[in-house]
Amino acid sequence: MVSAILEGLARVLGLIASGDRTLVEITLRSLAVSGLATILASCWSIPLGVAIGLGRFRGRSLLKGVFNVLLGVPTVTLGLVLYLAFSRSGPLGSFQLLYTPTAIIIGQSILITPIIVSFVTNSLEAVDPEIRSLALTLGASETRANLTVLGESLSGVFLAVTASFNRAIAELGVAMMLGGNIRGVTRVLTTTIALETNRGELALGVALTVVLMAIVGAVNILVGVAQRRL
Amino acid sequence: MVDILPINNTIKITLVIVAIATAGGYYIIRSQKLPGVRSLVVSTTTSLYDTGVLDQIEDAFEAENPIDLYFISVGTGLAISHAKRGDADMILVHAPSREIAFMEEGYGVNRKIIAYNYFSIVGPVDDPAGIGDKTPTEALELLVEKGRAGEIIWVSRGDDSGTHTKERGLWSQVGFDTSALREEDWYREAGAGMGKTLQITEEYEAYTLTDMGTFLKYSKDGLVTLEILIGAGEELINIYSAIAVNPYSNPDANFEDAVTFTEYLASGEGQAIFENYGVDIYGSNLFNPAVELLLTGSDPTTATWIEATGFFEGSECPLEYRWGETKLYDR
Repeated sequence: MVSAILEGLARVLGLIASGDRTLVEITLRSLAVSGLATILASCWSIPLGVAIGLGRFRGRSLLKGVFNVLLGVPTVTLGLVLYLAFSRSGPLGSFQLLYTPTAIIIGQSILITPIIVSFVTNSLEAVDPEIRSLALTLGASETRANLTVLGESLSGVFLAVTASFNRAIAELGVAMMLGGNIRGVTRVLTTTIALETNRGELALGVALTVVLMAIVGAVNILVGVAQRRL
Repeated sequence: MVDILPINNTIKITLVIVAIATAGGYYIIRSQKLPGVRSLVVSTTTSLYDTGVLDQIEDAFEAENPIDLYFISVGTGLAISHAKRGDADMILVHAPSREIAFMEEGYGVNRKIIAYNYFSIVGPVDDPAGIGDKTPTEALELLVEKGRAGEIIWVSRGDDSGTHTKERGLWSQVGFDTSALREEDWYREAGAGMGKTLQITEEYEAYTLTDMGTFLKYSKDGLVTLEILIGAGEELINIYSAIAVNPYSNPDANFEDAVTFTEYLASGEGQAIFENYGVDIYGSNLFNPAVELLLTGSDPTTATWIEATGFFEGSECPLEYRWGETKLYDR
């Protein structure tokens, strides 16, 4: 077991050292796909999280509950549902998105939406309500006051975005069902790990996981640095 | 004025996001379809793809043709349902009974048998059921008897793949229905791919039916210590075919390139890749080319076996399922 992992690590280090084109390409694709999915999802999820976190409307806690439940959707189920939608005989078939990186980006952005919404909502609720009142008292507009609260909970927003990126880059179901693991087109790190495991290249599967974790670690450190600078 | 989001920070964040999005977007667009290069989506059985033979075929084919091959590796059952939904232009599968149904339902045309090998019944080295010197049918009868006596376990793929289809067929040949067998304690369904099923079989010290490619790979790497107990013979023949999606059932399907690729698979060059693949790694080939054999009858016994299992109305593709101009069936 240990020797297999070490052997796999040695192989992957060799691949990295020699700048193996396939490994580099797959890694970059993983980063690009999941990075774009995170940015895309943030565009609607952060405003939505703010609206739920700061809004006072009927059904607010129900909506919060719904997003908390959606956190638990299995990736393979989401992948299946979206496959049926993007399939050529499905309702969105005419867009011809199935088996493209775009399909994975859309799928992953839907997958991580509940994560960002829930995290942002919760971190906003944790901000002392006095701060908002104070801003309003000092003559800030509603929007300005909301931005102030958002600024107070910035670390929560950062956590939401990094956690969702980690989830996106590490998920398999959506990438496999919507991307099809096509060599040179939609093959990403997780689908490669699944393929190599099926092929009996267990050590390589473990080693690629180490690459994946290294990327996740590096991104999280970068975000941490950026956050401290703000 | 309380101001926690200073404007220059907002600009910084925006710039970083725009930079990431541009770089990512550029990279994605680069790996999407190129104009002028046609793509052909091939849904294929895992037992073919996971061996790596199709990667080699892809490289050789794409070097000569302006066609991008997109292989989707799934079980035979899923490959067929992909094609029915219009998500594949052709399929590479190994379950003749389902292939003819696929064509009869109007989804597939221009079937071509491209390669064959044998399924094997594998089990523990000491072979507690004693099937080593039996024929496949005798062995299965013996396995049921020993299983019911609580002496051995059988592991089934249970995933509707081509190998699973073959296994069901073998059981029905000796008079057992798998929908009844699965209720029995000694008959376990893995619901997994071949590699996983072999590992489960190893853990249980059980018996299973396997394709040759996956087994040789797992055996050579020491992932399983199971032995081939019954390795060849008419009942265990494993026939791989290519079928194009019927352009009338799905007008969007890339029929023209599907025929081109099938012709390549059946050509001397494509057949040579099947014949030589794996020799350097496993010491023997994983697949045998079938086209020449069926054409010339150079090995009459095997040809008869292939015809018995893989032919319909005396042909690999009955006339009513042949479409368009193709050299596929020239004699």
